[in-house]
Amino acid sequence: MRLINRVPSRPVGLLLGALPFAAILAAYVIGSEIRLAANPADKLLPALDTVRATAVRLFTEADRRSGEILLWQDTLASLRRLVLGVGIAALLSLSAGMAIGLLPYARKSLTGAVAVLSMVPPLALLPILFIVFGLGETSKVVLIVIGITPFMIRDLSQRVLDIPAEQIVKAQTLGASSFVVAARVALPQVLPRLISAVRLSLGSAWLFLIAAEAVAADTGLGYRIFLVRRYLAMDIILTYVIWITLLAFVIDWALKRLSQRAFPWLGAGL
Amino acid sequence: MSFVTVRDLWQSYDGRPILERVNLDVEEGEFVSIVGASGCGKSTFLRLLLAQEQPTRGAIRIENGPRAREPGRERGVVFQRYSVFPHMTVRDNIVAGEAFETPWGRFRGKRLREARARADAILERIGLSHVARNFPATLSGGMQQRLAIGQALAARPRILLLDEPFGALDPGTRIQMHDFLTELRAETPMTVFMVTHDLGEGFKLGDRVLVFDKPRWDPQDPAAFGATITYDFDAREGGIPFQGLLDKYPSLRAAE
Repeated sequence: MRLINRVPSRPVGLLLGALPFAAILAAYVIGSEIRLAANPADKLLPALDTVRATAVRLFTEADRRSGEILLWQDTLASLRRLVLGVGIAALLSLSAGMAIGLLPYARKSLTGAVAVLSMVPPLALLPILFIVFGLGETSKVVLIVIGITPFMIRDLSQRVLDIPAEQIVKAQTLGASSFVVAARVALPQVLPRLISAVRLSLGSAWLFLIAAEAVAADTGLGYRIFLVRRYLAMDIILTYVIWITLLAFVIDWALKRLSQRAFPWLGAGL
Repeated sequence: MSFVTVRDLWQSYDGRPILERVNLDVEEGEFVSIVGASGCGKSTFLRLLLAQEQPTRGAIRIENGPRAREPGRERGVVFQRYSVFPHMTVRDNIVAGEAFETPWGRFRGKRLREARARADAILERIGLSHVARNFPATLSGGMQQRLAIGQALAARPRILLLDEPFGALDPGTRIQMHDFLTELRAETPMTVFMVTHDLGEGFKLGDRVLVFDKPRWDPQDPAAFGATITYDFDAREGGIPFQGLLDKYPSLRAAE
């Protein structure tokens, strides 16, 4: 039987899916053991028990100076920036994408500008943002917006253009105005694409968020990681990285579920 | 004055003529089939009828009205594919036929209930009431085209344009759709233009069959001239309309 036709059974599939995680974990544990055997004070690869103890401490114990649990404070601050940035980017790109996709005048005036702007490396703009918007929340949110909006505009406008011309003509023969074509024909079909565009952009959004927090912040997940780096506190860094990964995964999963729930016609088929 | 008049219609793309000197008069209630080889301009003619594009010269008028500059409620259309809205249920697709002309594109309250009742009546008529709450993607090709026709008729157009409406269907479904369309026409008289590849279908359904072809042909430059209506057949009575003439006018028999 050809290799391309061999399909693993369900238990084998689950096992194979778990394999990479087990491999990473094993490699870490072995590396950690070797280093700790040579030098019990080694900080680079702390033992799993140390990481777990640190994680419990970070999640439950309040900071002695402020009386707050720093990890939750950091999470709240970072998520607020992320949601604000991604939300603004989603609104901007939805309106611009619809305009470019439906209105020839908007298409002519915006397409070139969006194509050029999406080539500007957003992180190179970070110093300008800090100068213009200060070191507060605004510059971080703006960095996320600038970072992901051009890509989302291109994605969404393309999706609007992909709607068959027949549908747009048909709506007109039913008497639909430009607004009705936008609101009743284009928008409902683009919204699922908006969610998947947000899902795709979340990775970059986290990148820009952590970069901005690393450079200048007084709270936030990225800020904390880059702060404890100075003390080589690998146990704290690892806890934060795993926590961020978990958050990103849960957000992605929630968006996927939302898309399935809100747009039942997408999955419909014979 | 005929219902639809086409006068001296020309259409060219980048200076290349596609259609030239098309003249046509169609009476209200006529079913006009349009046939011809690929690239003979019959789809272009349909787009001009639909006002999806503007002719380089000439005009198409309905009851001597103004030329249309964009598609509107006067001219309903059913395409080969993508004629219904995938994100609306079957019933909402029919309701959209009425609701799209309102400023917000939707009905609320009492008007919505009335429109839904009318939509249900249409669905009953086109045999789709059992799938009213389904999405179009769950329907077979023939059912989707029936829905598209029902949706177009819900908007009460003055002329109905069909662009190879049954082209993507299997032969059995196609024959069912012919019967469906014939019944529908018997109940509600309507003026129909249908572009088709299938000559038999054109003659079966049409009162008239128009053939588009290029009357002039330059072998060195095949694109030099456009197409026009080269034949205009009377397709009633199975395409032989004078066969029953003597039965219809017995007085003529005396001359035999």
